[in-house]
Formats: sequence, structure tokens, C-alpha cells
Amino acid sequence: MLKIENLHVRVAGKEILKGLSLEAKAGEVHAIMGPNGAGKSTLGNVLAGRPGYEATQGTVTFDGRNLLEMEPEARAAAGVFLAFQYPVEIPGVNNTYFLRAALNAQRKARGGSELDSMQFLKLVREKVREMGMTPELLNRAVNEGFSGGEKKRNEVFQMALLEPRLAILDETDSGLDIDALKQVAAGVNSLRSPERAFLVITHYQRLLDYIVPDFVHVLADGRIVESGDAQLARELEAHGYAWVRERAPAEARA
Amino acid sequence: MNAALTPFVESMQDAALAPRLPGSGLAWLDSARATALQAFVQRGLPEVRNELWKYTTLRALSQRRFAAHDAEAAMRMVPPSMLPAVAGDAVRVVFVNGVFRPDLSTSDRLPEGARLQPLSQALREQPEPLRFLLGAQDSEDDGFTLLNRALATEGVILRVEAGTKVAAPLHIVHVGLAGEREAAWHLRSLIELGEDASLDIVEHHVGESGAGHLANLVRDINLRDEARLGWTVVQTAGTEAILLRRCDCRLGDAATLDFHALELGGKLARHEVRVDLAGARARFSSRGAFVLHGRQHADTEILVTHRGRDTVSDSLWRGVADGRGRGVVHGRIMMQPGADGAEGGFYNKNLLLSPDAEIDTRPALEIYADEVKANHGATVGQLDENVLFYLRSRGIPLDMARRLLVRAFCAVTLDGIEPPALREHCGALLAAQLPESMA
Repeated sequence: MLKIENLHVRVAGKEILKGLSLEAKAGEVHAIMGPNGAGKSTLGNVLAGRPGYEATQGTVTFDGRNLLEMEPEARAAAGVFLAFQYPVEIPGVNNTYFLRAALNAQRKARGGSELDSMQFLKLVREKVREMGMTPELLNRAVNEGFSGGEKKRNEVFQMALLEPRLAILDETDSGLDIDALKQVAAGVNSLRSPERAFLVITHYQRLLDYIVPDFVHVLADGRIVESGDAQLARELEAHGYAWVRERAPAEARA
Repeated sequence: MNAALTPFVESMQDAALAPRLPGSGLAWLDSARATALQAFVQRGLPEVRNELWKYTTLRALSQRRFAAHDAEAAMRMVPPSMLPAVAGDAVRVVFVNGVFRPDLSTSDRLPEGARLQPLSQALREQPEPLRFLLGAQDSEDDGFTLLNRALATEGVILRVEAGTKVAAPLHIVHVGLAGEREAAWHLRSLIELGEDASLDIVEHHVGESGAGHLANLVRDINLRDEARLGWTVVQTAGTEAILLRRCDCRLGDAATLDFHALELGGKLARHEVRVDLAGARARFSSRGAFVLHGRQHADTEILVTHRGRDTVSDSLWRGVADGRGRGVVHGRIMMQPGADGAEGGFYNKNLLLSPDAEIDTRPALEIYADEVKANHGATVGQLDENVLFYLRSRGIPLDMARRLLVRAFCAVTLDGIEPPALREHCGALLAAQLPESMA
């Protein structure tokens, strides 16, 4: 589904990703771990198409299409979803209105029909029930005045509604207390499916106790220096990132 | 000092020679008109060195000529779309190219206690009560108010008696249609609410695109003690329209003025609103937005003077300029001696959507009293790239994301417009004005 080869990315004139390669198939959950500054968030942003993130080398294909050439909205319509590390507040834009505009824009881009307000409300109610979302949050402006946990839950709720094929969670665990973390993880787990792939970007192993990944990759200095299964995350927790750097081949440390 | 006799001034002098001004023959009125014209010819159009005209240059206007009137105005067909129903039971007063149209108006349906006359009729039937309004001059007059004193032919003279609560809104529509020649018209209105009276006015400016004209409106609003006026101005004039509007409002004890404005049309649309909070506990609230494209120019001046104790003013304005649009917002709060306990606020945020657009915003406070609170704030910025990316990452195309954010930015000023049907109407007009694609 997603194939990244030798990806180099520059942000504000500085090379952040330096030859990253990764392949994720439908149904798989990949965790991306690494120290601060390794390029974890850059990976999420470049996949979602954030302006200013310039790929200078390498390729990213998504279902065979060149993802890097697509506008952010086209990537979303193709099934890419980024749960933001810092979801933005949008005063004056009602959450329900926003969700309907997003869903219908995606449906339209895929050549499907738009949902009318009755059909949409029915769908939203279903998802609210499934995800244990606080219905009041839907009547407020997008993320405005939401707590940190509410914002992250809203991201997962959007994911449930938009049903992406590739979901990227950018430090969705940061700033959450243990209860909020469990809620968010339960939401994500309920969305795991054979048709959907996840990239779970996190600094801490904690989240991976609740979202158990199929693969764990360690990102350091712009490339993946170690890959393994869920056990790798536990070893990292025990030894720290310095341990990976010591084990990394010399050329990866350059 | 005589200002240059520009084509504009000449055409206004010609207009004054017309024998058709209503009320001519009344000695006091003839004299006031002649004096005002003379003063206008001497002074000319307002210049940018005038603080209130600093960002609105009239150099191009001064080279244009306007006909004294549109001879066909009483007969012109008005497309139904230009007479929107803002509220089912609204009483409507329509002016086409500055001429009152009884055939399109329903002002005879106003309830007991409210009386509306077109200025021309009032001057014919009982001019004396208007002597104070039309016979005087004012140190605050500028070129356009002088012109208005010299040439006003029509307007709304409305009085609501003490204690009368008018339930249905009064809908005043100014329609600008293409004529043989580009015409100028000057309307003078007086709206007076007696003690504890209440009224809502919706003022629409609509017009054909491509039809050039100049409308010069001067109004006085006088709210006696505890009177309440809701006043909403919706401006979707044609692309070539020039609108120069001034309103002088005076509020007595505990009187309330709720002002909303949506400025979307016109080539040059200026509105100077002066509010004198003379009575104790008088309250003024204003909410407004403009959205400009092409080479549109909008200038809003909100000049509030607190004189009474415990008076309150609160203004919130939003401006958006695309293309080569130019917006001007000037909010001035003056606290006069004796206005103890007064609170004033003026807040203005603006969005520039193109590198060639410009918005000048100037909040100003002048405080001559102790024990008052005054706040202001003004910003000019651009759409937040992070927010745009967030919307796009959810599948919303860039142009739609921009429209969504611009609309949300302005929509806060529509809060409080009553009735809800009018608020929805304003929201739809706002949405329609948002650029289809913004580079």
C-alpha cells in the first residue's frame, strides 16, 4: 500500500530525512519510534503533504500512485489521514459542518455522491456511539477550547468518520494522561482492519502497550536504523535510544 | 479660499440651478441651500489631509460629472431580486435612483404611533418642523454634508411616538439602476424615537452592476431616553456605485443603538457613523464586516463620543480584502469630561488575501475623563497556513478551505442580527461574495 524509498526531505533549508525507506501493507500497524529531532513528525507531515516539506530525493508510492505529486486534499481523498500532533483550533467553523464538508469533499473527489444532512447526521450518530465521543464537542467550533485529550479524541473521531486507508498518528499520545491514552488507543484499535494500515509515530513505548504494533522501526538522524517486532519497543524502553545508536552501522551515524 | 472648480464641483453647481428642488420658495430653506452650496464650492471635496479622509482619495471623483437626477427614476422597473424579503411582515420603503417609489413601498402600513413621510412630501405639507434639521449648518460639516444641505431632494422623515414598540422591521431599500447618464442624488433622513419607543430598521443598498452613480446620504438618528433602535445596513450596491453615507446619532438616557453592517458591493463605499452617547447609561453596539475584491474601496468610520455617565460602547469589525481591494477602518472613542464610569471598546481584525490588497485600520482613543475604561485592538493578517493545511489534510480543497475560513472570520459580526431570517439572509450574501478562487 505505502512504499517509501530512499526519501530525503528538506524543511526550511535543512535536511531532516536522509534516505528513509519503509513499506507498509494493508492490515499492518507500524510504529515509528525515535529520539526528538530524528524526523518522526517530518515523516508524517511529508506524507500528508504539508507545504514547506520538500522531498529532494527518493519516492513515495501509495497504491501505486506517486504520493508526493498530489495535493494534500487529493491525498486525503485517496485515503491518507494524519492525526495531528497539535490539532489546530478553527474559531467560527462548527465541528459538524467541518466534518460534513470534509467527508463530502472526499466522496466527491472519488466520484461518489455527497451525503445530505439527514444521511450525514445518521452516520455521525453511529460513529459517536461506536467511538464513545462526547456529542457536545460536535456542536462547538473545531477544537476551540478543547482540552488536550479532547483534541486528540477528536482526531481519532475524524479518522473513524473519514475511514482512511492509511492512518498516520503523529504523537497522538503526547500530553495525554493514562485514561485519555487508553480511550484514544481503544478508538484506534477499533479501527484496525485488514484493509487499513497504520503508522503510529511516538516517542514513548507506553502507547504501544495499548496499540500493539506488527512492526517497530527506530528512526534516528533521518533514517530507519533498526526494525523489529513489538519486542523492539520494549527493549528500547529498557535501554534508551542511545542503545540503538550504538548498535547502528557506522554509515547510519554519519 | 476657493477650491479649484473641478468638473465635479461644476456639475454640482449646475444641479443647484434646477428649479425642481422640493421646498424651494421657503425663504429659510432657499437661504440655507444657497449658503451650503457656496460653502461647498469654496471648500470642494474632502481631501486626504482631513484626518477622517486620510485613506480615501477623491481625486478621480473630482474629475467626473454627474447629472442632477434621473428623469426616469419614477418609472424604472426594479427586478424582484433587488427587493428581497428580509422578514415576512416588514414594512418597505423604496427609493430608486434617489426617487421615492410609492408603488413599491408599503410605509402606509406602519402601526399607529409611527409616522413616515418622504422628505419631499414633508417639505410640501409641513416644512416648519424640519427647519432645525435643514436650516442650520454644523461645524462638523464636510464637502458632502454641505452638498447634501444644498441639494437634498428626498429622504425618510420618521417619527415614532413615546412608548410605541414597532414589531415589524422597517425595510428601507436604496436601488441604483442604470440611467441615461450617471446621476448623483442626495438624501436627507431623520429618524426620531420618542421615550421608550422601539424599532428595527434594515437598510439595503442594491444596484445593477456597471451602473455608475453617486449616492450621498445624510441621516440623523435621535433616540430619546430609553428608546431602542436596531439598525442593520446591508450593502450590495453595483460594481460602479459610489456611496457616501453619514449618520449622526444622539442617544438619551439609557437609550440603545444596535448597529450591524455588511459592506459587500460598490466601487467606493464610505460610511461615517457618529454616535453621541449624551445620556447616562446610553449604549451603542456595532458589528460589521466588509469583503472587497477587484478595485473596491470601503471606508468605515465609527466615531463614538461618551458624554453621559456609565455609557457603554462596544464595536467589533472584520475586514477582508482580495485583489486590489482597499479597506479603511477608523474607530475613535472619545471620553468627554463627565463621562464617569463609561466603558468603550473597539476591536478590528482584518485579512489580506492578495499581495495587492491593502487595509488601513486605526483605532484611536481620546480620553478627557477619569474613571473610564477604554480598550482597542486592531490587526491585519493573512489566513493561517496551519489551519489551511489542517482543512486540506481532511480532504477540503484549497479554495473551499479559504472560503470556509473567510466566512467564519466574518460571521462573528452577524451574531445578534434579528430576526433570524435577516441573519440568514446576511450569511447567504456573505457566502456569495466570497471569491470563487483566491490566488
